[in-house]
Amino acid sequence: MFAPHLVETVPTHRDQAPAVRDRFRRLYERPVLLEVDELGREFETDDGPVVALDRIGFRAYRRELVCFIGSSGCGKSTLIRILAGLDYPTSGRVLLDGHEVNGPGRDRGMVFQGYTLFPWRTVLENVTFGLEVGGRGRRQAETEAYEWIELVGLSRFAGAYPHQLSGGMKQRVAIARALANHPRILLMDEPFGALDAQTRTQMQSYLLQIWRHVDITILFVMHDLDEAIYLADRIVVLGPNPGRVLDTVEVPVPRPRDPSQSLSPEFIATKRHLESLIHGQRPMSVDVLPKFRHRHADEDVQ
Amino acid sequence: MGFPRRRQPEWLGVRKEVPSRRRAVLVVLSFVLPLALWSTVSYVPFVWHPLVRIETPASVSYFQRGMLVDRDVFASENRSAAAEGRERAQGVRANPIYLPAPHEVVRALYMAFKTPPRLPSEPWLHESLWHSIQVIFWGFLLSSLLGVPLGILCGAFPFFSKLFEPFLEFFRYLPAPAFGALCVAILGIYDAPKIAIIFIGTFFQQVLVVGNTTRKLDPSLLEAAQTLGANRRQLLFKVIVPGIVVDLYTDMRVLLGWAWTYLIVAELVGTTSGITYFINQQARYRNYQNVFAAIAIIGLIGLCSDVALAYVGRRLFPWHAERGGTSLLTLLGRCFRPRKAEPRRTTQPA
Repeated sequence: MFAPHLVETVPTHRDQAPAVRDRFRRLYERPVLLEVDELGREFETDDGPVVALDRIGFRAYRRELVCFIGSSGCGKSTLIRILAGLDYPTSGRVLLDGHEVNGPGRDRGMVFQGYTLFPWRTVLENVTFGLEVGGRGRRQAETEAYEWIELVGLSRFAGAYPHQLSGGMKQRVAIARALANHPRILLMDEPFGALDAQTRTQMQSYLLQIWRHVDITILFVMHDLDEAIYLADRIVVLGPNPGRVLDTVEVPVPRPRDPSQSLSPEFIATKRHLESLIHGQRPMSVDVLPKFRHRHADEDVQ
Repeated sequence: MGFPRRRQPEWLGVRKEVPSRRRAVLVVLSFVLPLALWSTVSYVPFVWHPLVRIETPASVSYFQRGMLVDRDVFASENRSAAAEGRERAQGVRANPIYLPAPHEVVRALYMAFKTPPRLPSEPWLHESLWHSIQVIFWGFLLSSLLGVPLGILCGAFPFFSKLFEPFLEFFRYLPAPAFGALCVAILGIYDAPKIAIIFIGTFFQQVLVVGNTTRKLDPSLLEAAQTLGANRRQLLFKVIVPGIVVDLYTDMRVLLGWAWTYLIVAELVGTTSGITYFINQQARYRNYQNVFAAIAIIGLIGLCSDVALAYVGRRLFPWHAERGGTSLLTLLGRCFRPRKAEPRRTTQPA
C-alpha cells in the first residue's frame, strides 16, 4: 500500500520548491563558462606518485556561484590553483569559454586565504595594480578603481595602507582588486577562513551583494558547510584520497538568501546530506582519553 | 581620559613590550652605565690604579716628577729610604697611560680638531676621517651597484641562484685582507686597493644576503600579481623590488657596518692613510687619549649614520608599520616630553 504523504514528511535535499526548480532550469540554459574535463593531478613524492585529484569533472554556468567543499586533503585548494593557472594538471583540461587554460591570466581573478594585498601600496593602488599591468593609464585606472572600492564600501579608506585595515576590510579590497580586472570568473580559496565568525557572516552577505551587482561567475572553495549552503547555487562535494567528486548538490534554499534560512527544513536537509557525504555513514571517531584524575570530579562534571 | 588607569607592566616581563618612556630611560642607561664604569675606574683612586705618579722624587735618585712606577716598586723604594733615614718620595695612585680618563678623551676629541699635526706632512684628524669616509663610500657604492641587482636576480630566479651562489659561497670565506698584496700589485698604492678590499669584503656577502632577502618575499604576493595579469618583468619591478625594499634597506645598514670593519684592514694596505693611520700614529706617540678619541669618533659616526638611515627609512617607507622598534631619536625625544597616556589602538569594523 503506497501512501506517499505518510512517507515523505521530512524534505530531503532533492525536494525543490517550484521557484527553485525554475531557477535551476534557467541556470542550465545559460552558456557554460567553465568546463573541467577529466582533470587529474599527481604529485611526485619520495614514496612514489600521489594522486591528489582523480578525474574531476564539472561545469559552471555564467553567473553561477559554485562552492567546493570537502574535508582537508581532498585537493580542493589544488583544484582551484589549477583553475587559476598557478598549478598545472597532469591529465585532463580546463576550458574557459571554450579556450584551454594555460597559466595564470587576467580572465580569472583570485582571492586568497592569506591577505595578499601589496603592503607597499595603498588600497587605491592595490586595486589599480591589475589595470596598470594591463597597460591602462594612471588616471583612468584610478577612476575605475574608485568605483570598485566604492562597490565594496571602502571609499573612506582609499588612501590607507593594508596594515591599517582589519582582516575583513583587507579581503574586501582583495575582492575589489580581482574584480577591477573584469575577469570572467572569480576564484576564491577560503578567503574568509581566517576571519572571526561575525565578520565572516558579514563578508558572506557582502559577497552576495557584490555578486548581484556584477556579471561574474564565482567558484568558492571552503570547508564550512553553512557558508556553502548560504552562498552557493550548487555545491560540489569532494572526497579525499584521491580527490574526486562525490556529488554535486543543487541547493534547494530559495534566493534571496538570508542568514535566518539556516533553520529552514531545506537548509537542514541539505546540511545533513553534505555531512553524511563528507563524514561518511560512520560517526566521527573521538578517541577516549585515558582516565587519569588529579582531582575528584564533581557530580555536575560527571 | 575616562579610561581606568592602566596597571604598570612589570619591569622584567618575558618578551613583553616595554612602555616607551621606560624604553627611553633604558636607552640612556645603556650609554650611561659603561661611562659610569669607566669614570669609576678613572676617578675613584682606590679602584684599580695599579701605578703611582711621582710628585716629589725626594731622595730616590731615578724617580722623576710625573713618572709612573709600579705601586710595589714605589713602596719598596720608600721602605729602603725610610730604613736609611732618607726623605720619602711622594706620589698619587694613577692608571696606566693606555687608560685615559673620560675628561682627557673629551679634551683630546676637542683638541684633535684644533691642534695642527706634529709633522707638516701628516693629516689633521678631520682630513683623515674625510679620506676614510670617501674610501668607504666608493667601496660600498661599487659593491652595491653590482651586488644588489645580482642578489635580487639570484633571489628571484633559481637559474641565477644556482649559477652564481655556489661560487660566491666559496669566495666569501676567502678573507678580504688576504687580497691586500694582490690589490696593491694590480691597483697601485693609493686608494684603489683600499676600495677594492672594501669591495671584496662587502660584495660577496651582499649578493648572498640580498638573495636571501629576496627569497623571503611572500610567494603568495607573486601569485596574486600573476592572477592579476603581471608578466615576468612586471613581477620583478612591480612586486619583488618594492616588496623587498624595506628589508633591503635594513640589510644595507648592516652591510655598511661591515664595510667599516674592512676599512680598518684596507687602510693598513699600501700607503697608510685615513683614520687607521691616525690611530697608529697617535699610539706610537703614546697619545692614547687621541686613540680613544678617534675610536669614539668612528663609533659616533657609525651610530649617527645608522640612526639617520633608520629615520630616513621610516620616511621612505610609510607602509612599513612600526613593529615595536622605535628609533633612538624618537625615544630620546620622549624622555623630554611630559608623560601622557598612550593612545589606545582602535580597531576598525570589518
